[in-house]
Amino acid sequence: MKGPVVENRREQELNRTRLIERLDSVEEFEREPVPESKLRGWGSFLGVYAGEHTAGTEFVIGPLFVAHGVTAAGLVFGLLAGNVLAVLSWAFLTAPIATKTRITLYYLLEKIAGRQVTAVYNLVNALMFCFLAGSMIAVSATAIGIPFGLQMPSLTDFYPNSLGWVVAVAAIGAVTTLVAMFGFGWVTRFSKVAAPWMILVFVAAAVAVLPELGVHSVHDFWDAASHRIWTGQPMEGQSQFTFWHVLFFSWFTNMAMHIGMADLSILRYAKKWYYGFSSAAGMYVGHYIAWLASGILYALFLQESNFSQEFSPGNIAFRAAGLAGAICVIIAGWTTANPTIYRAGLALQAIRPSMKTWRVTLVVGTITTLAACFPALVMKLLDFVALYGLLLMPMGAVIVVDTYLLPSLNLKTLYAETFGKTLNWAAGLTWILTLGFCLYLSLGAGMEIFFLGLPGWFAAAISYLVLSMVVQRRRVFA
Amino acid sequence: MKKLLMVASYIGLGLTLIPSFLVFSGSITLESNKALMLLGTIVWFAAASRWLGTDES
Repeated sequence: MKGPVVENRREQELNRTRLIERLDSVEEFEREPVPESKLRGWGSFLGVYAGEHTAGTEFVIGPLFVAHGVTAAGLVFGLLAGNVLAVLSWAFLTAPIATKTRITLYYLLEKIAGRQVTAVYNLVNALMFCFLAGSMIAVSATAIGIPFGLQMPSLTDFYPNSLGWVVAVAAIGAVTTLVAMFGFGWVTRFSKVAAPWMILVFVAAAVAVLPELGVHSVHDFWDAASHRIWTGQPMEGQSQFTFWHVLFFSWFTNMAMHIGMADLSILRYAKKWYYGFSSAAGMYVGHYIAWLASGILYALFLQESNFSQEFSPGNIAFRAAGLAGAICVIIAGWTTANPTIYRAGLALQAIRPSMKTWRVTLVVGTITTLAACFPALVMKLLDFVALYGLLLMPMGAVIVVDTYLLPSLNLKTLYAETFGKTLNWAAGLTWILTLGFCLYLSLGAGMEIFFLGLPGWFAAAISYLVLSMVVQRRRVFA
Repeated sequence: MKKLLMVASYIGLGLTLIPSFLVFSGSITLESNKALMLLGTIVWFAAASRWLGTDES
């Protein structure tokens, strides 16, 4: 008996070693420019953007617009304008810097702001990414729970409402983390396969239920859209949204990624800067068609449930598209949670560069899964998305000013690296002052969180410019 | 082989999308649409995962 047991143990040990070796060999160029041979073509980015932005959150954001009482015209034209601005932000701000430096946001920030600022920034960043990925896992869990008759959360729920909910979240979280541990190639591959199918499920589900909302021909659509879907009347307890809310929300939904520069990590693999326009695949498919489609599905749910407070994207999709709809919710959440966990892993790894990517991703995935247990992440998603972009945006402004403006003023770029500093006061103070300014605009001037990004970006840019002059001139005269 | 898989994939996508327009026009029921969408989903993932997203594609 001893022989086979020992053999079995050896086999297990060998398998374990092979797995560790395979995980260790995942190379993501965290602290070096991406080499020419690893650059990717349009297809990769179209797949990643379309997959990432046709996500579990789309099943939440579209319905929340309905709940906030936006009008049909406000939504259609607000999304059109806001998404144009988002694509232009990727194409003209993020992609040129990504293809010029070919390094991650975290490594670039370390060169500019120094290790100390970057460590704090990375921690905040990783935490925000964990919460965002967590909300997507929670959305997927609403679909996993359907066959088990899981009690679904409502718009007012903050804490986990059942053991079944926690088990469903843990299952999705474990699978998502496992895929993310194997690196970006896996993420790209899965997104590429799922993306075309996902968007068709969104469209098909919405088209199929239109007759139940009184739309029997194309001519009926606008009337039904205005009076039965996006009625302009907010649900009880929800604030009123206008065209401007929709425009700024859709522009800044991914503020951390474009203006905040987090997508340097993705676009550094692009052969040309204009691959930044591939973000349009995500914006107009995911943040336009999918938001309209999920709004239509939610309007039907509200009509049938007499404006119930229950909020379960899985059930809403299952009602319209059956099993395919439920599977779509699971996969939509999964394909977005994957790159988000990957990004969070890179952020944490920048603090501890010696740690292997897969080990960091495992830690991040565990935090994400714990966060996903709280339905509040889903119910307050619009506010959370705006907050997370706002927190990370100032460092994006710092990078733009450092790259384009400082050289023309005869100031040194990459201050921390150039002068061998671990702390660039100009960058650190810019972050604090910008967030303080935004807090004042919110609490003092009563400006809603969705509108703070624009004045905040200019405040950050001006602040970093002035503070860099002060810091670098003092250094010259010292 | 790849061409066959591609054709099968597009049939899967067609089964996912087209029946919804038949529901809209009143030609089939919503339940039939759900069954066809599920079939399309299975066909899509079975066929597309063998060629889409691979290094060659």
